[in-house]
Amino acid sequence: MATELPRKEAAVIGVGWAGGIIASELTKAGIEVIGLERGAERTIDDFIMQKDELKYAVRYDLMQDLSKETLTFRNDRDMRALPMRQLGSFLLGTGLGGAGVHWNGMCPRFFPYDFEIRSQTIDRYGEDKIPEDMSLQDWGISYEEMEEHFAQFDETIGTSGEDNEMSAPRSTEYPTPPMVETPAIRLFKDASSELGLHPYQGPSANLTEAYTNPDGQTIQQCQYCSFCERFGCDYQAKSDPIITVIPTAKETGNFELRTHANVRSVSYDGERTDGVYFIDTRTGEEFFQPADMVILTTYVMNNSRLLLQSDIGTPYDPDTRTGVIGKNYCYQIQTSVQGFFDKQFNMYAGAGALTGHVDDYNGDNFDHSDLDFLHGGAIRLVQSGLRPINTNPVPPGTKQWGSEFKEANAHYLFRTLSIGAEGASMPHINNYLDLDPTYTDSLGDPLLRMTYNFTEQDRNLAAHQTERMQEIMQEMGAGDIIANPDIGDYNIRPYQSTHNTGGVIMGADPETSAVNNYLQMWDCENLFVVGASAFAHNSGNNPTPTVGALSYRAAEGIKQYYENPGPLA
Amino acid sequence: MADENEEQQTKGLSRRQFLKNSGYVVGGAVGGGLLGGVFTQNFVGTTSDQTNTDEGTENESPEQRTQARMFFKRQEDFDVLSAAVERIFPDDDTGPGAISLGVPYYIDKQLAGEYGFNSREYMQGPFFEGAPTQGPQSALLRRDAFLHGVRSIQDIAENQFNESFFDLEADDQDDILEAFEDGDIDMTGIASDEFFAMLRTATIEGAYSDPVYGGNLNMEGWRQIQYPGPQMAYTDAIDGEFEEIDPISLYDHHD
Ligand SMILES: Cc1cc2nc3c(=O)[nH]c(=O)nc-3n(C[C@H](O)[C@H](O)[C@H](O)COP(=O)(O)OP(=O)(O)OC[C@H]3O[C@@H](n4cnc5c(N)ncnc54)[C@H](O)[C@@H]3O)c2cc1C
Repeated sequence: MATELPRKEAAVIGVGWAGGIIASELTKAGIEVIGLERGAERTIDDFIMQKDELKYAVRYDLMQDLSKETLTFRNDRDMRALPMRQLGSFLLGTGLGGAGVHWNGMCPRFFPYDFEIRSQTIDRYGEDKIPEDMSLQDWGISYEEMEEHFAQFDETIGTSGEDNEMSAPRSTEYPTPPMVETPAIRLFKDASSELGLHPYQGPSANLTEAYTNPDGQTIQQCQYCSFCERFGCDYQAKSDPIITVIPTAKETGNFELRTHANVRSVSYDGERTDGVYFIDTRTGEEFFQPADMVILTTYVMNNSRLLLQSDIGTPYDPDTRTGVIGKNYCYQIQTSVQGFFDKQFNMYAGAGALTGHVDDYNGDNFDHSDLDFLHGGAIRLVQSGLRPINTNPVPPGTKQWGSEFKEANAHYLFRTLSIGAEGASMPHINNYLDLDPTYTDSLGDPLLRMTYNFTEQDRNLAAHQTERMQEIMQEMGAGDIIANPDIGDYNIRPYQSTHNTGGVIMGADPETSAVNNYLQMWDCENLFVVGASAFAHNSGNNPTPTVGALSYRAAEGIKQYYENPGPLA
Repeated sequence: MADENEEQQTKGLSRRQFLKNSGYVVGGAVGGGLLGGVFTQNFVGTTSDQTNTDEGTENESPEQRTQARMFFKRQEDFDVLSAAVERIFPDDDTGPGAISLGVPYYIDKQLAGEYGFNSREYMQGPFFEGAPTQGPQSALLRRDAFLHGVRSIQDIAENQFNESFFDLEADDQDDILEAFEDGDIDMTGIASDEFFAMLRTATIEGAYSDPVYGGNLNMEGWRQIQYPGPQMAYTDAIDGEFEEIDPISLYDHHD
């Protein structure tokens, strides 16, 4: 029998960016919150002397332990789904702060177009522009309504950035100035400008100067040490939940944190929830945590999985195209172009979000009338700081080992520049999440099953972006250029991005969405499901500012609900 | 033994046919004649009486005290591993090779721990062969895959040349490794190209990871690619041109 714990006003499940923001906002408003986090507690002391590529970037020290829990994957429904046995394509977070501890910190906002993508596409190009099997939906909210929440996220994390005419409009200045323009980034920006594009320094959560946010939390100045992506920052210079929102929640005195608490199900009577069941992963002991309101912030995968496992909401059925849980799972289309130069660049130095960024082929910033895809993606030169195990650039045709490899690697390591595109991902009726019938986690619960492949749309978009990047690379004066415009099938093995979205999408209609625009479940009014799981499609920009903005939006809804229970929309 | 091989050659058997005949499925072209030559690699099995003059393996080096086997039991297995990683990352004009960087010991240590046991990976059954897009689906632990791999390498060397892999000349060693790389060798529980990829990756890790893991001795792996190691800050260098910076390691962070 599960041991029942004292009731709380709100239980937040999973304490990363989304959970941390919800916890800080509710506790500031005087609401008693318990945070249940499956991983370990983490403090900034855990990151001192962490500049170890093997441990963190190659062996994934900070990420989810797949021996306990993973997901299964197949490209389509005719394929047998098999477990993702090793991390690769995306790097799921675990532990206090979630993936927000080991993220890069690139902070571009989604476009106004993203929130009303269906209507705007029809307005500009006509309904026929949307393929029949693309389940494209508006989000049930406009960018104008979201803007104040984006601004609040920027102020909380202290975003360093520079205005640009191609990106989403802002009501406030960037809290801190843009990152340094390095010689490599300058070359990329000059070449892009030469081609008539509008490059700018990408918005960054690696701060350019010490900054104290409105909650009184201080973030330090970035040292460009090159250990951001996949690492915790030892300088407290990369905004993350454990130096911002989580301490804010703690300081209120209204926040209780329980780590090693793996939530297995949400208790649900068909209308409401009264709490959650969890296991203490150290002892195996089972607990029931009663709560007036439950907020799931367990990332895309477990947000869907916990709802399916708890029988909340109608599972999506690709045959009938009805149901909502697991629907519109999206990812992103990553392509890159490598150029080899005579000159050496200081690419050993950098920061996770140090980029030259071009939005001219992103969103609906360019005319799609004659193009066979919608949306687009960011094009960037990223200088996150090169690390030698995972980066071994050699020109085309070079043998991958032996003296030929050694010599080419030594010569080209700092003479290679790479431009990357982060392509938007449109939903497709056959891309979705459900429960696996065969494989279970270490507790015996079914794994989440992902059915996903790149679509025609994705392939066309990738080919288009690759051509644009080739043009820029040529203009930059590269000798050899490697470009691969054909992305093939989605492969779960090589790292692409941890930009998974969908499964519990937001919208204005309970028939086609799982949560309303406060991320309140249509089928369970005291349950809120927050995170990129709410995205009805995935944009050509990084997700976290939009996750942050939606978390502030949800927090507002939860506070309203607390005062005045009932459906918020 | 070399004589026997020459005999095979004179009988007009191509090496590829020979590999087939000796029971190994070889699909890819292994091509190239057997070159004579007296190149032998004396590094194996002789650590006690041979003084390596490389700075990194001087007897006084405290790092050398970590150079003892934790995982490999048989000297022969370790010698095959050493010879193989030295071909992947050879001593040459670019700089020291895998052996003087300590890569074999690095791999040995890795296999003795979490990495060898795949301990943070999903290893529950049932196991099925998947599509290439579904990632590795092998039930074989890495420690077993490496043992199986080095023994397969040795078997082929012995069957083909009647010699140990580590006594072969470099070109012949490369031919055998290429057959693995091309997926042409039958192995149990893992495709030979998967094994080769793992071996290659582990070699690069051993050459370029922090010396704390037993490889990249004296940071010579980093020096040959001009990688500065875990510097604390690049605030002064970030907007400048490339400059060569003498590397530091995590050890220096503890000073
Ligand atoms: C290497 C890397 C680089 C990235 N770079 C960028 C970037 O530059 N820009 C950007 O915008 N985004 C980036 N991201 C993505 C970013 O990290 C995520 O968007 C963000 O962390 C999502 O926040 P979240 O709170 O929704 O989820 P998470 O951070 O994943 O937090 C979810 C938490 O829930 C916990 N949890 C899950 N299941 C349970 C359960 N059953 N019970 C209890 N707790 C549970 C997890 O342990 C975790 O702590 C990157 C991600 C990675 C991995």
